[in-house]
Amino acid sequence: MAPVVPRSGDAVFANVERVNAELFTLTYGAIVRQLLTDLEEVEEVNKQLDQILIISMKQVGFKMFLGVTATVTNWDVEGTTCSLVFEDNPLVEFVELPDTCQGLYYCNILSGVVRGALEMVSMKTEVSWVRDMLHGDDAYELRVKLIKQVPEEYPYKDDE
Amino acid sequence: MIGVGGKIKQYSSVLDKPLSKGRQEVSLSAFAFLFSELVQYNQTQVDNIAELERRLEDAGYAVGARVLELFCHREKGNRRETRLLGILSFVHTTVWKVLFGKVADSLEKGTEHEDEYMISEKELLVNRFISIPKDMGTFNCGAFVAGIVRGVLDNAGFPAVVTAHFVPMEGQQRPRTTILIKFADEVLRREAKLV
Repeated sequence: MAPVVPRSGDAVFANVERVNAELFTLTYGAIVRQLLTDLEEVEEVNKQLDQILIISMKQVGFKMFLGVTATVTNWDVEGTTCSLVFEDNPLVEFVELPDTCQGLYYCNILSGVVRGALEMVSMKTEVSWVRDMLHGDDAYELRVKLIKQVPEEYPYKDDE
Repeated sequence: MIGVGGKIKQYSSVLDKPLSKGRQEVSLSAFAFLFSELVQYNQTQVDNIAELERRLEDAGYAVGARVLELFCHREKGNRRETRLLGILSFVHTTVWKVLFGKVADSLEKGTEHEDEYMISEKELLVNRFISIPKDMGTFNCGAFVAGIVRGVLDNAGFPAVVTAHFVPMEGQQRPRTTILIKFADEVLRREAKLV
């Protein structure tokens, strides 16, 4: 039985300060364009985007931050792998991939966000894209795989 | 993007999609994180402040160019301002309101030079969570917003040099940000003919 997704994100989202999604979208677009110009390789850009928010984003709920709702489905038998599926995505408003960038995972920042957030709660995970609407699929699907639970560690030693 | 009853309609091209109303929002912190990443990434690519400001401005320029196109379609019924004051108030009112949720605090004409205008904001959204380290001198993240303004003006046919500055305010802890717009000569010459 799949765990129930908490709805608390809605309440939080209603209470935080918000900004226009277009400002967010266009700023993100500017970052991707800069990366594409600087790094030239689509593969490298994917890597950077994945890295980008992992440190700053400590706790993130999709609803809380982006105002979209993701559903969690497709749990495997051991309960270590699941999929996050969502259809609305403010990042891709106005976006179409040109022929030269077909290998680009435009939303790769989200996989970094998910990975970073789970790392903060001591779960080492692997996150990969299964479906991407920019590549012609009908939804976005992120596959999240739990690799191991990291035991909690103190960041410093007592005698230091 | 948002279909009826949870069903999403597939469009063959992004141009076939209806234009969004622009009411969707994301949380301020998501934007603040994203913006901080933009600044941090660009910091790794440069070795001086001027270069950093230039890169932020370029990023903003790309945003401004798109903002102009989008807002002219949506907010102005496919009309674009052709007069100097018209385009300035478009930036000050329409652009600011949609992007930052409010009209800019003030729009003034420079007292010393005919070709200078200033848009001031007490607390610019992008500077809200930013404090500049001492060794970075006069660096202002508002360069990104200056870039947006330049992008809008340039693509509307009003080339200008746009810069962001901190201006200390009496009785206020934090300085306000002033976006200084200096139009190119040709713009003023054309404007003089139009009167």
